Amino acid sequence: MTSGLTIAVPRGALMPGSLDLLDSLGLDTSEVRSNERKLVFPDIGVVTMRPSDGPTYVEHGAADVGITGKDVLLEAPERGVYELLDLGFGRCEMVVAARKGDDVMGESLRRLGRVRVATKYPRIAREHFASTGREADIVEVKGSVEIGPLTGLVDGIVDLTATGKTLIENDLEVREEIVVCTARLIANPVAHKLKAAAIDDLVGRLRK
Amino acid sequence: MIQPIPPGTRDVLPDEMRELRALSSSLHASFEKAGYGEVWTPAMEYEDVMRRGDERTAGSGFRLFDDAGRLLVLRSDMTIPIARVVATRFQDAEMPLRLCYFAHSYRAVKSGTGQSREFLQAGVELIGVPGPEGEAEAVSLALEGLSEAGLARHRIGLGDGDLYRSLLANLEVPDEEREDLLGALSRRDLVELEARTERLSISPESRALLTRLPTLRGGIEVLGRANGPVSQAVERLRELYELLAERGVADRVIFDLGLVRELGYYTGPVWEVYDPAVGFMLGGGGRYDDMIGRFGRDLPACGTALDVERVHIAKMAEEKG
Repeated sequence: MTSGLTIAVPRGALMPGSLDLLDSLGLDTSEVRSNERKLVFPDIGVVTMRPSDGPTYVEHGAADVGITGKDVLLEAPERGVYELLDLGFGRCEMVVAARKGDDVMGESLRRLGRVRVATKYPRIAREHFASTGREADIVEVKGSVEIGPLTGLVDGIVDLTATGKTLIENDLEVREEIVVCTARLIANPVAHKLKAAAIDDLVGRLRK
Repeated sequence: MIQPIPPGTRDVLPDEMRELRALSSSLHASFEKAGYGEVWTPAMEYEDVMRRGDERTAGSGFRLFDDAGRLLVLRSDMTIPIARVVATRFQDAEMPLRLCYFAHSYRAVKSGTGQSREFLQAGVELIGVPGPEGEAEAVSLALEGLSEAGLARHRIGLGDGDLYRSLLANLEVPDEEREDLLGALSRRDLVELEARTERLSISPESRALLTRLPTLRGGIEVLGRANGPVSQAVERLRELYELLAERGVADRVIFDLGLVRELGYYTGPVWEVYDPAVGFMLGGGGRYDDMIGRFGRDLPACGTALDVERVHIAKMAEEKG
């Protein structure tokens, strides 16, 4: 049970792990698992949404707490949410990847002074290249970022990888590791005070 | 063709304006009844005046040049201009001084957050009264003003702006680590706070204190759980609580020992106002004993500012239940 708290759960890679975690707290998530269309489950205090929307719901208090990936938080640092706990699951890595076998990125940097990079995470990518002293043209795409280097759209990509399988299938390899991302428990700032006991209880049980 | 207005600003039309005006009038009546005289100050100030008040607020807002090429800023809050007014226009006035204001302030906002660049604040400043009596008056006046204005469920989070900083000094945490730890705390990134604490070469007890303290929230009982190097700040909060109890508003208090306000000028107790009906804070305040001295007259002071539009949203959310 989560003592009256509303919890935001992302529909995506972190969903199975999140629901397992809620099960372990004694919540019955079978309805969430069996129903792909329904998004709100008031009986157990769960709302589900697209992963990148999770912090938005929590920031505005539509959910008291939420589970979200560190990648989402890094990409949207303006979201006013509290980060309470590293939940440990959903481990993946934000990397710079490029085509295997040649060094297009290196050549662009050397001869053109900058590198072209496609990503779904423009903020993280921009920050990474700026902090390593390189100029980068960031090309924002919404899906299948892997095809960027293959089609000549860009020299490399910044993307999240768990197993590296998708990269290998597309003839790409990891060139730089930026940051490790895991699932995090976040809270609405006001709920963190007004529902302190319930939230502390939840954090205490999740730590175990 | 639609002519746009800058993001983060708004036009207010009669139906809403009528309610905002009623809300402001009610708050104004409460403040005036408690002896707080209203002041106006210019919307624009010299940049170095705002900077003198708080280094961090000065560069972040809207800057402009006047016809003589002097650098002006739109005020980012009302507390700094009032500190200037007190030190220049009330040089010989008897203390205490009670001032209130209803005015717009301006700030740069991060895009996509829905924050306002221009916001209307209703606030009080109590000058010349040290703690805890000063805080008790500034806090209870805000709470009572909100009750008079029709809110029922509002609460106040009480902490101490100096507590964590002095704890870090007390535990002899190296200087270069302190700002990073305070930064993590002000973002309430407790994961990073914990990770950074683990890397410090201090005793396990000290480490536990650094990570546990910011999570202490709740009623008066949490003060009993905070001990050791922070006992001075905790004792201050306990005295304040007793005065708030005498004023009949203690049941609205939530202690929050991790509370850190964005503004850098607070020197003691700080607070934020909430309502369970909405997920954002309605206002806040604190003690700023160093600030008026920077403008030339050394005086203890504290104050509270409420965001009138947010209070209005909370009031409507309460009505909807």
